[in-house]
Amino acid sequence: MTGTTVEPSAPSEPLPRTRTDWLPLLLVPALALLALPLVGSGSTWATLTVAGLAMGMMIFLMASGLTLVFGLMDIINFGHGVFISLGAYASLLVLGPLAGWAQSDSVWLNLALLLFCILAAMGVTGTVGAVFERIIVRPVYGSHLKQILVTMGGLIVAEQAIHAIWGASPIPIPLPATLRGALIIGDVVMERYRLVAVGIGLVVFVGMQLLLNRTRIGLLIRAGVENPEMVEALGYRIRRLFVSVFVAGSALAGLGGVMWAFYRQTLTAGMGMEVMVLVFIVIIIGGLGSVGGCFVGSVLVALVANYVGFIEPKLALISNILVMALVLIWRPQGLFPVARR
Amino acid sequence: MAEPLLHLSGVHTHIGPYHILHGVDFAAPAGQLTMLLGRNGAGKTTTLRTIMGLWQASSGTIRFDGNDITKNGTPDIACAGIGYVPESMGIFAGLTVRENIVLAARSGPVDSARLDWMLGLFPALRRFWNLPAGNLSGGQKQMLAIARAIAEPRRLLLIDEPTKGLAPVMVRSMIEAFKALKEAGETILLVEQNFHAASVLGDTVIVMDDGRVVHSGIMSELVADKNLQRRLLGLSLDTHQ
Ligand SMILES: Nc1ncnc2c1ncn2[C@@H]1O[C@H](COP(=O)(O)OP(=O)(O)O)[C@@H](O)[C@H]1O
Ligand SMILES: [Mg+2]
Repeated sequence: MTGTTVEPSAPSEPLPRTRTDWLPLLLVPALALLALPLVGSGSTWATLTVAGLAMGMMIFLMASGLTLVFGLMDIINFGHGVFISLGAYASLLVLGPLAGWAQSDSVWLNLALLLFCILAAMGVTGTVGAVFERIIVRPVYGSHLKQILVTMGGLIVAEQAIHAIWGASPIPIPLPATLRGALIIGDVVMERYRLVAVGIGLVVFVGMQLLLNRTRIGLLIRAGVENPEMVEALGYRIRRLFVSVFVAGSALAGLGGVMWAFYRQTLTAGMGMEVMVLVFIVIIIGGLGSVGGCFVGSVLVALVANYVGFIEPKLALISNILVMALVLIWRPQGLFPVARR
Repeated sequence: MAEPLLHLSGVHTHIGPYHILHGVDFAAPAGQLTMLLGRNGAGKTTTLRTIMGLWQASSGTIRFDGNDITKNGTPDIACAGIGYVPESMGIFAGLTVRENIVLAARSGPVDSARLDWMLGLFPALRRFWNLPAGNLSGGQKQMLAIARAIAEPRRLLLIDEPTKGLAPVMVRSMIEAFKALKEAGETILLVEQNFHAASVLGDTVIVMDDGRVVHSGIMSELVADKNLQRRLLGLSLDTHQ
């Protein structure tokens, strides 16, 4: 098993360089700096930036699962919004019995309550996700048109189910006591809950990056997003990977749903569907299948929305679409295009 | 002739409405390098994909090591010990060279003797170990694809046109690598358009045309018989390498 050495390339050939693609990452600070003179006041700018980051994290939480599901399974899941709503409603399972914790003036008890809400939401949406994958998505692999129709159908059924279980009228959910109000540092006003949202978003993002880059499962997911057939030809049953990613994606949507619900402080069955436009925008901006792209895209869209909402409120509604159009003109495949066969 | 490790009989494959393979019969003996030749569109790639279960044979049987694998799923076929290098190479461009190899070694880390042997065959891979595989040149990607197929001991290697599009110097390297694989006793089914490569490497040869096997025999006999070559392969093969 020795001997033959093969010189594969002429010595003069330069080493290929790793191209770490920094440009899209620079967009975020560039945008923030650009907004500073337009906003005028530094403290207002800081407040808007924190608000934008918080909103971006929540969008990221809601979108990250969908981008992986799309990338890995080539599934267009319009039903994803259901998991957002369902996760939000699932927090009622915890908020009822533990109502006392919400009134407590202990930050830790309040945060624990939030954590339990998140766990309940992820448990419920993960379970429902597994069922949804099995009976709604699995029969329509390979056909986008059927996926759109069938997952839309699933969405309508699930929304009605939420109405049937929790009633059709909006349900208020107040924030736990110590998470209300704002933190004031100098003359910068930062809502406490937004800081919590930023923290949770960052933890999830870092966790996902570690999982995707440092574990074998993560390697398989990244490889599967690029070329599922080759993953199978290497001897891995990609079906199981699909199901776990779908379940994880649904659970993340549930987590995002809880965060979003506390932010709005109201539950409605349609709340998931309402943010789906934003969710689709950020996964397209990010590059379908790219978690990093989804993160940058979410922050970008949310920051722009906050800055524009302050500078020129009339443009706020179209700012998302504008950001998407500009990004796609620059990079038609999104910020971080995922290599495909 | 040794006992065939792989045996196809009467294999038909349909892709959608198209009937591509019309009853393919051949055997690949253990420990030999079997060349699979034929014009473009003859059905060579489809044959390999059918063996891997990437297309489902609509009739006929594929036996591997005595077992019927015709209806098995691709992962099971791979796990039975078949390494596959597709025509498109199937490199994971966003993963590093190392990560590509790590995934290929299903049962855990590649032992160092094997790694040294592999990287001895393809030294470029060692230099680019931690670079995204997408940055490699075409020839280097091909080497990675083959290294991936041999990251663990396999019973059979299916390799689809490894010299396609490579510069002559790379083709020579590739031929040397295959000679080393033969010395190591690997059983290989190799699709090749380069007749020079085929003639120096092949033990047995199968020629396909129009979804059927039109010739099978000893490679050296085909090399010696210019008339047979012309009749079977026409001018489509590059004989001037
Ligand atoms: N995905 C496909 N869909 C339809 N026809 C195909 C497909 N792949 C291959 N074919 C057809 O099958 C025949 C054999 O192709 P292939 O096996 O790739 O030939 P070879 O590898 O010998 O060049 C060709 O006529 C080709 O056009
Ligand atoms: Mg081919």
